[in-house]
Amino acid sequence: MRRGIAASALVAALAVSMAACGSSGSTSNNGAPAAGASVDPAKVSGTVTWWDTSDAKAEAPTYQKVIADFQAKYPNVKVNYVNVPFDGAQNKIKNAFSTGTDAPDVIRSEVAWTPELASLHYLAPLDGTLALDKADDFLPNPVAATKYEGKTYAVPQVTDTMALFYNKKMFADAGIAKAPATIDELKADAAQIKAKTGKTGMYLRGDDAYWTLSFLYGEGGDLVDAGSKTVTVDNPAGVKAFKTMKDLVDSGAAKTSVTDGWANMMSSFQSGDTAMMINGPWALATVNKGGDAFADKANLGIAVVPAGSGGQGAPQGGHSYAVYAGSKNVPASELFVQYMASAEVQATLTKELGVLPTRKSVYAQPDVASIDSVKFFKDAVDKAHQRPWIPEGGTLFAPLVTEYTAMLSGKETPEQAAKNTGDAYRKNLGWK
Amino acid sequence: MAVDTTTSQPTATAAGGDTPARGPRRTAGTPGRLRLALGKHWYAWTLVAPVVIVIAVLVGYPLVQGLYLSTTDANDKNSEKQIGDFLHIPASYKNVGLSNYTDILFGAHTNFWARLGWTVTWTVSCVAVSFVIGLTLAIMLNRKVRGRSVYRTLLILPWAVPAFVSTFSWRFIMNNDRGFLNHALQALGLPTFDWLNDPTMAQISVVMVNVWLAFPFVMVAVLGGLQSIPGELYEAAEMDGANAWQQFWNITLPALRPISSTVILLSTIWTFNMFPVIFLLTNGGPGDETQLLVTAAYQKAFTGLRQFGESSAWGVLILLILVVFAVVYRRSLRKQGEVW
Repeated sequence: MRRGIAASALVAALAVSMAACGSSGSTSNNGAPAAGASVDPAKVSGTVTWWDTSDAKAEAPTYQKVIADFQAKYPNVKVNYVNVPFDGAQNKIKNAFSTGTDAPDVIRSEVAWTPELASLHYLAPLDGTLALDKADDFLPNPVAATKYEGKTYAVPQVTDTMALFYNKKMFADAGIAKAPATIDELKADAAQIKAKTGKTGMYLRGDDAYWTLSFLYGEGGDLVDAGSKTVTVDNPAGVKAFKTMKDLVDSGAAKTSVTDGWANMMSSFQSGDTAMMINGPWALATVNKGGDAFADKANLGIAVVPAGSGGQGAPQGGHSYAVYAGSKNVPASELFVQYMASAEVQATLTKELGVLPTRKSVYAQPDVASIDSVKFFKDAVDKAHQRPWIPEGGTLFAPLVTEYTAMLSGKETPEQAAKNTGDAYRKNLGWK
Repeated sequence: MAVDTTTSQPTATAAGGDTPARGPRRTAGTPGRLRLALGKHWYAWTLVAPVVIVIAVLVGYPLVQGLYLSTTDANDKNSEKQIGDFLHIPASYKNVGLSNYTDILFGAHTNFWARLGWTVTWTVSCVAVSFVIGLTLAIMLNRKVRGRSVYRTLLILPWAVPAFVSTFSWRFIMNNDRGFLNHALQALGLPTFDWLNDPTMAQISVVMVNVWLAFPFVMVAVLGGLQSIPGELYEAAEMDGANAWQQFWNITLPALRPISSTVILLSTIWTFNMFPVIFLLTNGGPGDETQLLVTAAYQKAFTGLRQFGESSAWGVLILLILVVFAVVYRRSLRKQGEVW
């Protein structure tokens, strides 16, 4: 037993050191996979494994239906659909890609992942392949996020930005005629809602740094300036944005929670406990499905995010299809991506899920253009604030969420939170 | 595992004259000590070989790899990649000596000491509270109570449910808007708490959940210990006029010492590295108020561009802390006359 104690101490602490054990498969073959620019789509065969990160309940069934159509059209290609929860998907993808073992052929890559994965050599360039069909038809903003060092590494699937969602009935009950256009108006409206109905004005999602961005852009700030390699999150505009968010909560205009933010925000908004939230089109499927205050779908109002003192803007997000550079079924994967990103499929997805297409021709279709959320978000997406499409984009949110929650919970002042975020960025990126 | 190699020499030499039939035949000259040991105890080595090999592969290899990585600047970018069957990118990280360690320990923006402070606070409070609760329950259950086996089964349940499942349930229970706990408090007219959103409250909450998960182990172990204390001791003490408290203090506690020291050591090590509770309940928040050393190391290793070198250094530091703790703890117990 004596020896056993030291050993069990070793084992107990080991889990941590194991976390760092990398791969060591080291067979090095030379030779390139056949690229498929001149492949006849009808003759392509193979198996395509697709890792989809969409909502397993609300969205996945529609994707599976679309895949069934694909297989009916191209019976030689078998599609293996795998739904991977979005949280943790990036790690899973990187682990699979770095060894090639059980790696997917096609992934749904969040816009910020594409440059990172491309910089790690994991993605196949798609210029001039089957995958990139009618490239001119795509909107310029989503396309910008698929490029890395001049090459195209992904094909836009959906695009999104954020907006102010509001409960029209609650606004009417409080005697408010229109959605707030600025944060000052939002605070005034929230006070009026509180006075008239006793409910809280807004739910501010407090556990996800992505929700800070529209406030940051509203003050004219940004996380970093990739052009001059400067950290900007803790400049005066950034500090002001942190103060604005804290003030919304302190003044009682908004409720927040730093754990379970998504579930709390959605249930609070859907049950009519709060009248507003900032959210993206990905929330539409849930809100429209979910009874309660929105049994009548017309009760949902969508408006541009409220402006701060230095501007108005919401981040551009979205997802793309990307092909693994080590895929054994490159032509089949490219064909699959081509189909999934086609105007026909995008129109289906928009009609069924309310997500925003990335092709101009889809927005031009009358039955798509008449959808309310599309009408609204089309403008918003064109004006969306581009994020820095740099490989390090993914490292920006971890320090920010730590400081954001520390500030909201009262542990740090807005000034400290902004400064600590900036310091962490400077350390991680090596920028000034 | 008492394979005694030190005494093998004289025995073997004595037996050298007439080699026993079952032993291997030896050639001329004095055989080496190792060979003798191998020859004499080959069966023992054969028997332990599978275990040794499995431990070497599962424990030794990652450990050595982790130690090595902690002296490099390995990250997502420069580590080895095998992309499909065709593209192999060799590792290009380089040795940086101990700079990962000096950055963690003395760097300008290091959060190591703050996290270590909280990890120690968390470990001490979790182990202390769960030990006291486990001990109390064990003593209560050691009496002849009606339905004792039902109580025992119920009390072991937290242990039987996988930690991540119960932690998730606690997260729902402690939700400040919709959670059961605040609804119940409200219904009783008591003040509600911001269980997971307030920095101090979140620290208390995570300790509460971990105590809930940890006390059954203490209870079961101590109950076993209690049942092995001979009843005569208590009878004799009663004859001498000892009251219940004196019996507890002078018989029960000393008799439980071998069990409780092991229990405390194990709980300390488990609690120190209790990843799921923190990760699933608060994910280290608000801010990094509830971030343990292990979850902080995880954050380094698995968010954004993953820093394998730096997080390995965190892992090695955690390992060193626990090894030092285990050695010191064992020493101090041995001084008190415990042998284990």
